[in-house]
Amino acid sequence: MSLAANIVAEGGSTLRLGEAPGAAEPVLHAENLSKQYGPVTVLSDIKLDILPGEIHAIIGENGAGKSTLMRLLSGYVEPTRGSLSMGGVPVKFIRPAQAQNAGIALVHQEILLAEALTVADNLFLGRELSHGAVVDDRAMRRLAAEKLAQIGCMVSPTALVRDISLADRQMVQIARALLDDYRVVIFDEPTAVLTGDEVERLLEIVLQLKAHGTAVLYISHRLDEVQRIADKVTVLRDGKMVGTYPGKTLNQMDMARLMVGRELAALYPQKSAAPCGVPMLSVRNATVPGHAKDVSFTVHKGEILGFAGMIGAGRTELFEGIVGLRPATATVELEGKTVHFHSQRAAIDAGIGYLTEDRKGKGLLLHERLAPNLTLSALGAFHPGLAMGRRREAAALEVAVGTYDIRLKSLGAKAGQLSGGNQQKLLLAKVLLTDPSVVIIDEPTRGIDIANKAQIYAFIQGLVAKGKACIVISSEMQELIGICDRILVMREGRVTGEVSGETMTESNVALLATSGAKPMLVAEGETK
Amino acid sequence: MTAITGSAPTRREREFNISWTDIGPFLALAALLVVGFMINQDFLSATNLANVITRSAFIAIIAVGATFVISSGGLDLSVGSMAAFITGITIMFMNAVAPHAGIWAIPAGMAVAIVVGMACGLANGLIVTVGRIEPFIATLGTMGIFRALITYLTDGGTIPIDRSLREAYRPVYFGTVAGIPIPILISVAVAAVASFILYKMKYGRKCAAVGANEDVARYSGISVIKTRTIAYIVQGVCVAIAAICYVPRLGAATPTTGQLWELQVITAVVIGGTALRGGKGHVWGTVAGAVILELIANLMVLSDFVSEYLVAAVQGVIIIIAMLIQRFSNSK
Repeated sequence: MSLAANIVAEGGSTLRLGEAPGAAEPVLHAENLSKQYGPVTVLSDIKLDILPGEIHAIIGENGAGKSTLMRLLSGYVEPTRGSLSMGGVPVKFIRPAQAQNAGIALVHQEILLAEALTVADNLFLGRELSHGAVVDDRAMRRLAAEKLAQIGCMVSPTALVRDISLADRQMVQIARALLDDYRVVIFDEPTAVLTGDEVERLLEIVLQLKAHGTAVLYISHRLDEVQRIADKVTVLRDGKMVGTYPGKTLNQMDMARLMVGRELAALYPQKSAAPCGVPMLSVRNATVPGHAKDVSFTVHKGEILGFAGMIGAGRTELFEGIVGLRPATATVELEGKTVHFHSQRAAIDAGIGYLTEDRKGKGLLLHERLAPNLTLSALGAFHPGLAMGRRREAAALEVAVGTYDIRLKSLGAKAGQLSGGNQQKLLLAKVLLTDPSVVIIDEPTRGIDIANKAQIYAFIQGLVAKGKACIVISSEMQELIGICDRILVMREGRVTGEVSGETMTESNVALLATSGAKPMLVAEGETK
Repeated sequence: MTAITGSAPTRREREFNISWTDIGPFLALAALLVVGFMINQDFLSATNLANVITRSAFIAIIAVGATFVISSGGLDLSVGSMAAFITGITIMFMNAVAPHAGIWAIPAGMAVAIVVGMACGLANGLIVTVGRIEPFIATLGTMGIFRALITYLTDGGTIPIDRSLREAYRPVYFGTVAGIPIPILISVAVAAVASFILYKMKYGRKCAAVGANEDVARYSGISVIKTRTIAYIVQGVCVAIAAICYVPRLGAATPTTGQLWELQVITAVVIGGTALRGGKGHVWGTVAGAVILELIANLMVLSDFVSEYLVAAVQGVIIIIAMLIQRFSNSK
């Protein structure tokens, strides 16, 4: 049994929800629901009972399997094993339309609307009201206006979706799910793009649905919302169920612990004893329009500084702004000198390496051989005369392959033929080939196996041991805690706090990342 | 550590790793020669081949430039009109200076042609990169502009080259060195320089990276704007070189000069194995592609099986087959 579950048990709350005898029959029941992609199990043995008029929250870290679960329940993905039943009747969904007809609506996390069509057109897309073959625009507009007013959204039904704000688009998506009387409405991170008042409005809508007897599945990273509205909370971790708990018995701290609780083995290298030297990179009031606001930090020689936060917190965009990949304003000092980067080239030349989180899309040319990939950021160092020095490149590749233990079938292989972990090592080698003094690594181990992870952590430790400064952005909290000397936590584009030493615990990071709560910065031992 | 250190197996793999896209155009060219010989014995005569290849030189030279543009992820529809425009400006310039400079008007005119070509390419490049307009649309626009300008300059008629220059300029198209027609030598030289730039120089790497994945290039510190713009300038220079060769053949610039060349150029590039979506460019394949197009036309004229009115249809079939081969070899 995991550590976290024990903590909750000791805390006095009951683990399993004892249903009152004769409780309503579940409108949706999932039994041993599992999903495998090839050899990878992304979700295993999920049991869920969703009752009518109940708000059931699903929480978990990034990659815990929440979105996969939602897709299984709404027919976007077929389960490998397990079964679903609705009101006691077994059901099987192969297409989303089947789930919809059975009364399950999904409000997507991403906005999936046709931008060139009007709000009303979008609301009724695929189920237009019509007289025979002729669509009844007037009726659709009237009904759209009604539904939108009901959820407090003020956009005109005739407005084009491309002209309305992101929050309004989200509202239109929600209105779509309210158009029919669905028995189950699934919200996948509905508040990710909403702020303040809009979130309040959304929570009201959810409560209205509940009062109406609709079952609501609510997925959110924002634990404060979950705590406010959830009747039940199901926690997922690494594709498995940690458990289902009555909402009222969990505070945000408990939830964070259940989400992250796991054993940390010797995956992480020993941290160096006295890491902090002179400041290497100091950033003041960095603002990336639409993504990050007034972020300031300093990273020192020999230090690993972590940036934690949920996906969409603006960490990637912040650093892309700092290294000149997107428009940003900031006061940047590199080793005491004020610098400003208009392009990524300038940042590289000044000694800042940035390793993108999108290995396949932005990091490597998958159809190209390894050597041209390796040298792409450092072409200048590889042409002694007019022509590129092939021999120099080949030598550099052999060195990189040895240094970073890149496993490959032949040196003539293409980058796309390497495994994810080896691609990541190649990308690391590519970034380090420019010999940066500050290395920014965005999601160092996304989608790679544990052995490669351990190696990459060791490489990062090796970098700072050599006197470089390192910034690691990651959505995996335990990874940051395992390797970083300090962690800054971001939420909605701002730094909500810093943890280090005693206060560097997963629950503290999770709290700062999800609710922005500040006063709970206490060490793990003191919370019992 | 199980890193590979032995280089022997690597070498072998490299040799076997020849794809259909790499050798396809040359196999097709060889097959075409064999078929041609079976149909008509005269086909393989030195005179006929020299004629055919000389005629394909313009398309080949322009298509080498197009290989840069297309492999960097762009497209240039304006090359035909640009060729006409440059021809017009060049002839007008030569005619204007001929009374004072005599024969020297020719090299001066050539220099002007190159400068105008670079300027046209720069304009295309800036509209596409800085203006962020789809290459198809941007060059469709400049295609109309160049064509209208030459029509305006010629007043709808022709601008013949000055009589005093005609004789001296003639060898650029009709002359030979060691028995090889000069246009063939020029296109081989252009292709050789282009393949050095594309395969050996830093710029070639950038060009391929930008074409294969703009984001990867950008995140590697490569200026996408600069790289693409240079590709268009190279295209402009190639068009200018082709125009310089072309002047003696017709002896005049007309509003119809270079019409539909853009389609032949794109066909040659694609037959040559360069993917239209960008990535690695195949310079020599492009040259082979241009020769293939001209050979087919020639074959159809020489043979009685198919009407020569169907030349365009056969070329159309060829481009579709070339694309199918690319898809097949990519999906493996």
